[in-house]
Amino acid sequence: MVIFPLRMHGVTAHFRKKRLVGPIDITIETEGFTIVMGPNGAGKTTLLRLMHGLQRCSGGGVEWAVPQAKAREKQAYVFQSPIMMRRKVIDSIAYPLRLRGLGVSAARAKAQECAGRFGLENLLDSWAPMLSGGEKQKLSLARALVIKPDILFLDEPCANLDGRSTREIEEILLDAQASGTRIIMSTHDIGQARRLAQDVIFMYDGKIHEQTTAEIFFTAPATKEAQAFINGDIVE
Amino acid sequence: MRRLLGTLLATLLIASASSAETLRMAVTTSFYNSGLSEILLPEIKSDLGFDIQLIVVGTGQALRLGEAGDVDAILVHSRAAEDQFISAGYGTHRREIMYNDFVFIGPSGDPAGIRQASSAADALRAIANATAPFISRGDDSGTHIKEQNLWSQSGATVEGDWYRAAGAGMGTTLNVASGMNAYVFSDRASWLNFGNKGTLELLYAGDPSLFNQYAYIPVNPARWPHVQGDMALTLEGWLASEKAAALINGYTINGEHLFTFNATQP
Amino acid sequence: MNSMHQGFWDAWELIITFDRDLYEIVFLSLKVTVSAVILASLIALPLGAFLAVFRFKFRRYVIAVLNALMGLPPVVVGLFVYMLLSRAGPLGGFGLLFSPSAMIIAQVIIIVPLIASISHQAIRDLWSEYHDLLISMNATRFQRAKALLWDGKRALLTAILAGFGRAIGEVGAIMIVGGNIEHATRVLTTAIALETGKGNFAFAMGLGLVLITLAILINLLIHIVGKTERASTW
Repeated sequence: MVIFPLRMHGVTAHFRKKRLVGPIDITIETEGFTIVMGPNGAGKTTLLRLMHGLQRCSGGGVEWAVPQAKAREKQAYVFQSPIMMRRKVIDSIAYPLRLRGLGVSAARAKAQECAGRFGLENLLDSWAPMLSGGEKQKLSLARALVIKPDILFLDEPCANLDGRSTREIEEILLDAQASGTRIIMSTHDIGQARRLAQDVIFMYDGKIHEQTTAEIFFTAPATKEAQAFINGDIVE
Repeated sequence: MRRLLGTLLATLLIASASSAETLRMAVTTSFYNSGLSEILLPEIKSDLGFDIQLIVVGTGQALRLGEAGDVDAILVHSRAAEDQFISAGYGTHRREIMYNDFVFIGPSGDPAGIRQASSAADALRAIANATAPFISRGDDSGTHIKEQNLWSQSGATVEGDWYRAAGAGMGTTLNVASGMNAYVFSDRASWLNFGNKGTLELLYAGDPSLFNQYAYIPVNPARWPHVQGDMALTLEGWLASEKAAALINGYTINGEHLFTFNATQP
Repeated sequence: MNSMHQGFWDAWELIITFDRDLYEIVFLSLKVTVSAVILASLIALPLGAFLAVFRFKFRRYVIAVLNALMGLPPVVVGLFVYMLLSRAGPLGGFGLLFSPSAMIIAQVIIIVPLIASISHQAIRDLWSEYHDLLISMNATRFQRAKALLWDGKRALLTAILAGFGRAIGEVGAIMIVGGNIEHATRVLTTAIALETGKGNFAFAMGLGLVLITLAILINLLIHIVGKTERASTW
C-alpha cells in the first residue's frame, strides 16, 4: 500500500473564530527529510497535526493516496511533550504492535529488540512515566519506529533536551530515514535544521512562505522573514 | 473471570431450586422479638423435618407478602385486616393460635398518672389530657392498628406536638420512647425483651381489651401454585397441637408468662 | 460509653470463640457484597469507559442520570427489586425473593451508578492525556476503551472499593429483598438493625465494629496486593 503523495489544497484551520493556519497548498512526496521552521505561533504544530489527521481542517482538503484512516496505519507521530502510557517501557513499545494484532510474546520480543537499538535495553522493566526527559523522548521514538512507518512526524522532539540526548535522537532519525522512513519534523533550532534537513518548509503567520531545498533555503532565502529567521533576528 | 461470572450466574439461578425443604412464614416483629420463635423453630424442625424461614415485618407488610405469594403462611395479629385478607381470597382460612397482651409503657414519674387508670381507654384519655409525649408505631402494623382502635374508643383528640408517629418497628419505637421519655404502647413480649429501658416502666396492663390474638393464615395455593400448601397445613396442625400448647404456655421471660395458647381443635 | 465497651467485649468474645452464627453472617455479608461488586464492576467499568470515549447524542444526559442515581435511596432500590422479584412481579417465576441472589441484584443496582460515575471521571482524565496518542496510533474505539481501562486500573480500583464500601454497609434494600432470615439471608447490617430494634445497643455496636474491621481489612488487603504488583510505581 502506497500512501504517498500527500496533497493539501486550500487548507485552513481555525480555533473558535481565530485562524490558525491557511490557506495551505503543499504536496509531500515519498522521500526526504523535511524540516518545518518558523517562529512560535507560525503554525508548525498545526500543520503537522493537519497532515496526520489529528486536527480537522475547517476548509480545503488533506488527501493521501488512500483514505486517512488507512494511511494513518503507516504513519507515526512524536509529540513535543512525550505522552507516556502508564506501562513498563517494554509494554509501551509493544503497544502499537499489539494494536496491529500481534500476540503478547511476539510483540514483546520485537519491542525488546527495538529498545536495544534505542539504548533502552536496561530500562525495559521501568515504569514509563518515571523516565527522564531524554529517555521519554527516546521511548516515544522507539514506539513510533517499531511499526516501521512510511512517514514519521516529529513536533520539536528535542525542544527540552540537552545536547547529548539531542545528538542521540538525531542519529536515530538519520538511521530511520536511511532505512526508508519519510521524515517531517518541526524545530526552531537552526543548527539542528542545518544538520538534518534535505528540504525546508518555512512558515510564518500560518502560511507557508517557502518550500525549497535546504541548500537554497540556508544560502538564498526568498523572503525577508526567512532571512531574518536564519540570521537569528527577532521575527515578529 | 469468565468462569467466575458463570458461577455467579449459576448461583443466581440455582437459588430458586433450594426452597423445596423450607417454608416461608411472615411473622410480626412483636412475635419475633418475644423470642418464642427460638423455642418453637428447633422443635418444628425435629418434629416435622423442615426448616422455617421467618420474614420479620409489620402486619401490613406481612399481609402484602402473602397477597403477592412471596410467603407460604403468615402469623399476624390484626383481626380486621386478616378477615379482609381471607375474604379477598389470599388466604384459605384463619386459625387462632394464642394471645398475649399489650401494655402501656411510660416514664417512671408517670406525669399523666395512668397507673391509676380504670381502663385502657381511660389511660389514653389521661395521656391526651396531660399532653404527655406519646410515641406511636405509625407503621400500619397490628400494634399500630390496635393502638388506633383504642384511641377512637377513648374519644380523646389525638393532635398536637405530644403525639409522634415513629413509623418504625416496635424495637425502634421503644428506643425513640426511651430517648424522649415518652409514653408508648407495646406488646408485653417486646417490652420484656427490650434492652434499653432507661427510665421507662410498665405502667398499665390487664384490661381485656388489650388482649392480642395471634392467628395463623396459610396463603392460598389455588392462587399461587408454588405455595407450599401441604407444608403450611402440617405446620398449622403442629402449632395447634398439645406439644405447642405446652411450649407456648411455658414460655417465660424473667419469670413472666407471656403467651396463652388458645387454639381450638376442629 | 459503658455500652460501647460492653459491645466491644461481646463482639470480641464471639470472634475468638469462633461463634458459628457470627461467622455465618460475616461470610454471607462477604459473599453477597463481593459477588455484587464483581458483577457491578463488569457492568460499570466498561460503561464508564464507553461514556468517556464514545461521543453520542444523549451522552451528557446519561452521565447526568448516572450521577443522580448515585444518590438513590437504597430503600427505593429494595422496593423496586422486591416488586420485580415478587411472585406477583414480572420476574416472580424465578423464585429469587428472600435469597442471597436477590440481595446481590439489589446491591448491583445500588453500586453500578457509583462505580460507573467514579470510573468515568477517572477514565475521562486519562483519556484527555492519551487522546492524541491513541488517535495517532489509529486505535479503534474498542482498543481505546481497553487501553484506558487497563492503564487506569489504579483509579478504577478506588471506584470499585467505593462500591464495596457502599454495598457492605447497605441495609435498607437488602432488608426488604433478603428478609433478614436467620441462617439464610441475615448479614451484618441487617443483624445490626435487628439488634438495635431489640434495644441491644451493645451487641449491635459490637457487630458494627466487626463490620468496620472487616471493611478495613479488605481495603488493606487490596492495597497490599495492588502494591506488590508494581513495587516501583505510583
